[in-house]
Amino acid sequence: MFGAGGGTSSYREIEETDLIIMWGSNAREAHPIFFHHVLKGVRNGARMFAVDPRRTSSAAWADVWLGIDVGSDIALANAVGREIIHSGLVNQEFIDEATEGFDDYAASVEEYTLEKAEKITGVPAEAIGQLAREYARAETAQLCWTLGITEHHNATDNVLALINLSLLTGHVGRYGSGLVPVRGQNNVQGGGDMGALPNKLPGFQDVEDQQKRARFEAAWGAEIPAKAGKHISLMHEAMDEGDLTALYIIGENPLQSEADSTEMRRRLTSLDFLVVQDIFLTATAELADVVLPAAGWGETEGTFTSSERRVQRVRKAIDPPGEAQDDIAILSALARAMGHHWPTPTAEEAWDEMRQLSPLHGGMSYERLDESGGLQWPCPDLDHPGSLFLHGRLWERPISGRRAPFHAVEDDPPVDTLTEEFPIRLTTGRRLDSFNTGVQSGRYSSPRRIPGVLDLSPEDGDSLGVIEGDRVIVTSRRGSLEAPVRFDRSLRPGLAFMSVHFPDDVDVNVLTLDAWDPKSGTAEFKATAIRVEPLVSV
Amino acid sequence: MTLTEREMSTITAQVNGETMEVPEGSTILDACREVGLDLPTLCYGPTMTAANACRVCVVELEGSRTLVPSCSRALEDGMVIRTGTERAQHSRRLVLELLGSASELDRSGDQLDSWMRAARAESDRFGPNAATVATPPKIEDDLYVRDYGRCILCYRCVDACGVEHQNTFAITVAGRGFDAHIATEFDVALPDSACVYCGNCIAVCPTGALVGRVEFDMREDDTWDESRQEVTRTVCFYCGVGCNLDLHTQDGRIVSVTSPHDHDVTLGNLCIKGRFGWSFVSSGKDD
Repeated sequence: MFGAGGGTSSYREIEETDLIIMWGSNAREAHPIFFHHVLKGVRNGARMFAVDPRRTSSAAWADVWLGIDVGSDIALANAVGREIIHSGLVNQEFIDEATEGFDDYAASVEEYTLEKAEKITGVPAEAIGQLAREYARAETAQLCWTLGITEHHNATDNVLALINLSLLTGHVGRYGSGLVPVRGQNNVQGGGDMGALPNKLPGFQDVEDQQKRARFEAAWGAEIPAKAGKHISLMHEAMDEGDLTALYIIGENPLQSEADSTEMRRRLTSLDFLVVQDIFLTATAELADVVLPAAGWGETEGTFTSSERRVQRVRKAIDPPGEAQDDIAILSALARAMGHHWPTPTAEEAWDEMRQLSPLHGGMSYERLDESGGLQWPCPDLDHPGSLFLHGRLWERPISGRRAPFHAVEDDPPVDTLTEEFPIRLTTGRRLDSFNTGVQSGRYSSPRRIPGVLDLSPEDGDSLGVIEGDRVIVTSRRGSLEAPVRFDRSLRPGLAFMSVHFPDDVDVNVLTLDAWDPKSGTAEFKATAIRVEPLVSV
Repeated sequence: MTLTEREMSTITAQVNGETMEVPEGSTILDACREVGLDLPTLCYGPTMTAANACRVCVVELEGSRTLVPSCSRALEDGMVIRTGTERAQHSRRLVLELLGSASELDRSGDQLDSWMRAARAESDRFGPNAATVATPPKIEDDLYVRDYGRCILCYRCVDACGVEHQNTFAITVAGRGFDAHIATEFDVALPDSACVYCGNCIAVCPTGALVGRVEFDMREDDTWDESRQEVTRTVCFYCGVGCNLDLHTQDGRIVSVTSPHDHDVTLGNLCIKGRFGWSFVSSGKDD
């Protein structure tokens, strides 16, 4: 946000903040140790609001739960913004000195009255007003979100709608106040740090910026394509159009993790050439022409970057099995096979090269990372202590650098509409003991495992005439599957939930829609229209 | 008051005749350790509020009628502390002997052994018929074992499961007197309880009463050998919070995963995936 791809705050800030908003995040189950810090904040007297369609185990700790209808986040956020403006609770000094575009934003939210928002979101007007006023009045506030905000066809707009609220109130760039997207995977932040994004070089430097590119070209002695590459959803399109015919997949299981898996299987099998580099023979790897066995976690050296922008060392504890090699070795060998003279660098050598080119990471030598137990970027030089929070510059007067822009965004409901034929909203997510498609987490024996089931509210179960354990047919506009029913009181009538962890048994992505956000490429996993029918036994 | 000013305010006290200055807010135990005294502690843990349960750390405080627990008693200006008086030594020794006679303490670590020796504590001096808390280990799943014959009721597991860290409240102390024991709600088996299998109770158990299943089985088979183990500090494989892990490996395999208590992200705590979800790392080797 504001040019830096990372959360603004440190975990310790949430322990001392006055108000916590968990928006589309069930951290109690998906990020349990982050939630320990949230709980410290609650124990220290912070007020907590949870915005979530489900009354989750995280929401159970909130003072107020806003049970929002799936995909109506922008309407809610805009109504919160309007209420803050109309109550005279904006931070006028901050808006005047550190932001731009306020007037357009204020005009854009004017139509989102509390009453209108209640109609769109299903959240009582009173609760929306309360959230608005408490957020604006709090001395410090942390606004946290996860995939409930980003797995939508308008993911980027959802995030912008939340950022607008922080700009209205000045809840960013100060100790205790910030914006906290909690990352779902060990190194999704680090992947972004390293430029594993189609439009960025390491350190979030824009690939289309000629000056930035030139530095990398000089260091690497090679030309870098001047245009941004394709994100995953654009790759799918290119595969459909026959422009992309060969794919090299490293450490992903897209056959099972991407929306609309029937389409995904068709795409992957119609490629001319598919290479998969993974630690297991995943369902995706089984489709590959060549499988490269990679060394896994615990078997390699490197770094991960956490959700507080903290780079920490990852170390090798055991040798990889069989012929497996770490990714750097495989990539270097591949380059040599293509006729380039690439020696195989150690993880530290590759890191040192990167930090010559990425100012954010410049001061993070392995030696310092080992000594400190981790450093938070930006950390430009060896004397820099790292950064607890971002955007402190917004509070300098006059501010240094660019003003933070408001972005007017409009409510845009889920693509997969609810109709008489598909009356139930299915949303997907994680459970406490499992992880993504279960490739790793499926291999330990958990007493808390909830297998592939369809979670329904008891009320919907009653009206369908099913009891727990009954098998039902779940159908969306893409496909259909069979699953046993489980009742979950955190769900309201009309809302169903499935986890993503057991694609071999219950492949939920047969149902999901690959409508995706044009700005981030994220698919709308969170909003599928389904119908549920009892399986008639014969 | 700024942090620096707060750190600068100190108090003066005397420990075993030695006058010392320590930061305000220090406990008597902090002061004793500052001068190199190795007082025993069982229920006290660095990441937790002192439970004041075990009484093995008591010392003599001048002017106090009773001995005071050093782990929780805040040091005050002018206090005179003695750790080696006959009353204090006798009390510490007796408490260690009572605990050692009632519970199996052979997996409580080398430190306890040295405290027992230093106190000249003899666990068997109450004779072979002394009451014990012996009970068969509860093995109810593949993740951990509750071996309450080793439990000294220090409350650390209860506090870690409760307000100190996890806030799940799956266990508490049930019963009274010698029948007091750690229990789930209605004493149901762990898989049927509110437990979320974070294992944060294991992380604070000082006597090995709570232990990972792999470690328990290896100890029973006599294959657990810490002298052959290496510890590698790394970061958890799962979500993006960045919990530090210590991978304990023996003969090229992970046998246990813990988190360092001094790591500010975790304070030694993990979730079920971080603490137990690592079998995939070695799984290819059995195939």
